[in-house]
Amino acid sequence: MWEWVWEGIRSGIVTTAYPAREETASGVSPGFPTDLPRTFAAAGEASVAASCCPTEALLSEDQQVVLREPRCIHCYRCLRQTETPLAWQWQGNYEWAVSPHPRVELAKKFGRSFRRSLHLRILDAGACGACLSEIEQLNKPYYNMHRLGFFVTPTPRDADVLVVAGPMTEHMRQPLLSAYEAMPTPKAVLALGACAIFGGVFGTSFASMGGVASLIPVDILVPGCPPPPLAILHALLALIGRVEPAACELNSSSPGGERGD
Amino acid sequence: MAQGLSKNHRQLDLAEAIAKRWHWKVNVSCDTALSQCYVECDRNQLLELCRWLIDDMDYALGSLIVEETNENWLLRYVFYGEPDSEAVHLGLRLDKAEKTTVPSISPIIHAADWQEREAWDLFGLRFEGHPRLIDIVRHEAWPAEIYPMRKNFDGSQPGPHPPVERPFQPYHVVQAPGAFLMPIGPVFSDAAESALFLLESVGEDVIRIWPRFFYKFRGVEKIAEGQAVDRVLLLAERFSGTSSFAHSLAFCQAVEAICRVDLPSRAQALRIVFAELERFRHHVAAIAGICNSTALAVATSQAGILEEEALRLSGTLTGHRYLFGLNKPGGVTLDLNDRQCEDLSSGVQAIFLKLARLYDLLRYSSSFLDRLEEVGMVTKDQARNYGLVGPIARASGLARDLRQVLPYALYSEISFEVPQEEEGDGYARLRLLFREAEQSAKILQKILSFLPPGEIAAREVALKPGAALGWAEAPRGATFHWVRLDEQGRVRRYHLTTPSFTNWHGFHFAAEDFAYQDFPIIMASFGLSNAECDR
Ligand code: SF4
Ligand code: SF4
Repeated sequence: MWEWVWEGIRSGIVTTAYPAREETASGVSPGFPTDLPRTFAAAGEASVAASCCPTEALLSEDQQVVLREPRCIHCYRCLRQTETPLAWQWQGNYEWAVSPHPRVELAKKFGRSFRRSLHLRILDAGACGACLSEIEQLNKPYYNMHRLGFFVTPTPRDADVLVVAGPMTEHMRQPLLSAYEAMPTPKAVLALGACAIFGGVFGTSFASMGGVASLIPVDILVPGCPPPPLAILHALLALIGRVEPAACELNSSSPGGERGD
Repeated sequence: MAQGLSKNHRQLDLAEAIAKRWHWKVNVSCDTALSQCYVECDRNQLLELCRWLIDDMDYALGSLIVEETNENWLLRYVFYGEPDSEAVHLGLRLDKAEKTTVPSISPIIHAADWQEREAWDLFGLRFEGHPRLIDIVRHEAWPAEIYPMRKNFDGSQPGPHPPVERPFQPYHVVQAPGAFLMPIGPVFSDAAESALFLLESVGEDVIRIWPRFFYKFRGVEKIAEGQAVDRVLLLAERFSGTSSFAHSLAFCQAVEAICRVDLPSRAQALRIVFAELERFRHHVAAIAGICNSTALAVATSQAGILEEEALRLSGTLTGHRYLFGLNKPGGVTLDLNDRQCEDLSSGVQAIFLKLARLYDLLRYSSSFLDRLEEVGMVTKDQARNYGLVGPIARASGLARDLRQVLPYALYSEISFEVPQEEEGDGYARLRLLFREAEQSAKILQKILSFLPPGEIAAREVALKPGAALGWAEAPRGATFHWVRLDEQGRVRRYHLTTPSFTNWHGFHFAAEDFAYQDFPIIMASFGLSNAECDR
């Protein structure tokens, strides 16, 4: 047993200092294109430039190309595979959470008493595995979300937040509704990743409903495919009112679930 | 060249052997480029051919592919064998008008059991002689007469939700005083993937398990139909995020086989780099999962640190922590410069050294070993009968690895070992994961030190109509992707056989007669992904 104690001490503390300080290690986030919106000489050019994006995350409005982060799936096509030579800037930050509710309202929901103890129930509604793996990292030494008062609970009856990942498959509809019902109030729903936000690459079809907002009200969205652990942490902090999430309109929580082509 | 010739001969020999045996009544054709023999047979020859391949030739069933045309059902049974043997595809054409049934091969090849059930469930093809032809994909809310993979079913509309007509009846075989059924799932544990496990037990011990999957069924095969290749690539990449590169690789290779694209060798080498990096990261994560299941806190933390380091290394060098967006038909999208190659090589090496240290500590922790040894046993015969693949099969003494059996990319030109263990228990699987991670680190070191120069992708990929099989040894085992493109270069049929699907079928062997507290350990040592299984 002593070897283990020694081994634990030997490896020291690796935990990130976020949110007190910014995390600067490389490889913690897949990043989004930055430097947008971008203005082009002609409207045609802009729409050609935006057409490389498979999920319509890049949108051309007249001469401008804008980015809708919730729809970006980090496919890097706008960076590596465009016909038009576009030197998109790319940046690996992670404070991505967006919410249809302003900070004060979010803070009101849970009040001060939840600030040091928020329990999460993770619900896999067809996630590919990467989103779930990123949540698991939060439980591990590098991120260690316990230090901030976030805990994963195995039962929805103890849960304050339902974290939903995946495009909301038909077969998980009933289990999700039961879990949501079983949660005590106040309760919040966090849509994790492009899939839970608008269906991701799976969209809406006979088998999936294209996002969790089509079933239950969502309080906060975390863009990304998958959202890196720090982005999830940022969203959780926003839920208890410690940071300000960017605003999004309610209907853009499920921005056009249709399967584009 | 000499190698190519001997391969040609081997194929012709095999083709002749088959043709002779069946008195020239079957149609045999060879395709050297795809290294496969195609045998067109009829329903009366099917069983005998299968028996011959399995019993005499020691082949394994890889995949069962069903395709629908206007008049016919086309069934294709894919078999693969030992290293240096050709893949054999058996083709069976059935007339739709005749409303015929298909002879089931499950009684002789257990590996076909779930594959036939899936075909029944999605296409409504009745397999005659199948021991238990019940639904597997469609859950109880589905109307019985709707078969989602048929061409006349519109997959883009929301699914039908009538009130549940046939409530789910769990199976029940244990008859004993005090016997009860304990359901676990579909929402359970911390961040577990959705699935239902029904534990039949008498008191403290679990007698057996009935797993139920496809809660995560996203209908990938259906929604791929009619879409452009680069859209389907996104699906291939994202239906199983923890083995994304391997699956996108299999898909791209299928498209490249259809379009007869030759890849520059740098592209092929980079594919090996990314594939092995993914395998390495996956195995580190799987080892972390096993530590976690035994509640060994320090080891879990240590392994978790290594997993995150592997993720960061991937993120730093490729942009994406799970290696999304690196493949495209014709090559890869990202080059590594010399410096990055060095960083990757030394980064992986550093993580591996720490992993080796952790493994040494684990090996001498008797309390840890007690919980793994003789837990979740799968014997070699069971693995062979059920056609299990990947680390699970190799830990039971069945050393089959597609990188060796049907080499792709540059795997035929590099030397590596395919580790094998005999015991088939949880500890054997842990050892195997560790040894495979070691091999991946070695391959990475070797190939990164001399990446061939040149382009990273073929100049042009002209899409052609046709169909081909792509395969890869994913971190969890063999995966087969069948792709058919139509005249417009759109996907007409996409079929996936994944290692998790294949291996979950054999899970009940490992989960027989065990104590409750061993359940998480058995699960972790199998390390399968439901996303990969359910698609
Ligand atoms: S990375 Fe892909 S999804 Fe995101 S903006 Fe660029 S093209 Fe669109
Ligand atoms: S958002 Fe991306 S990473 Fe998350 S489940 Fe969907 S495909 Fe996977």
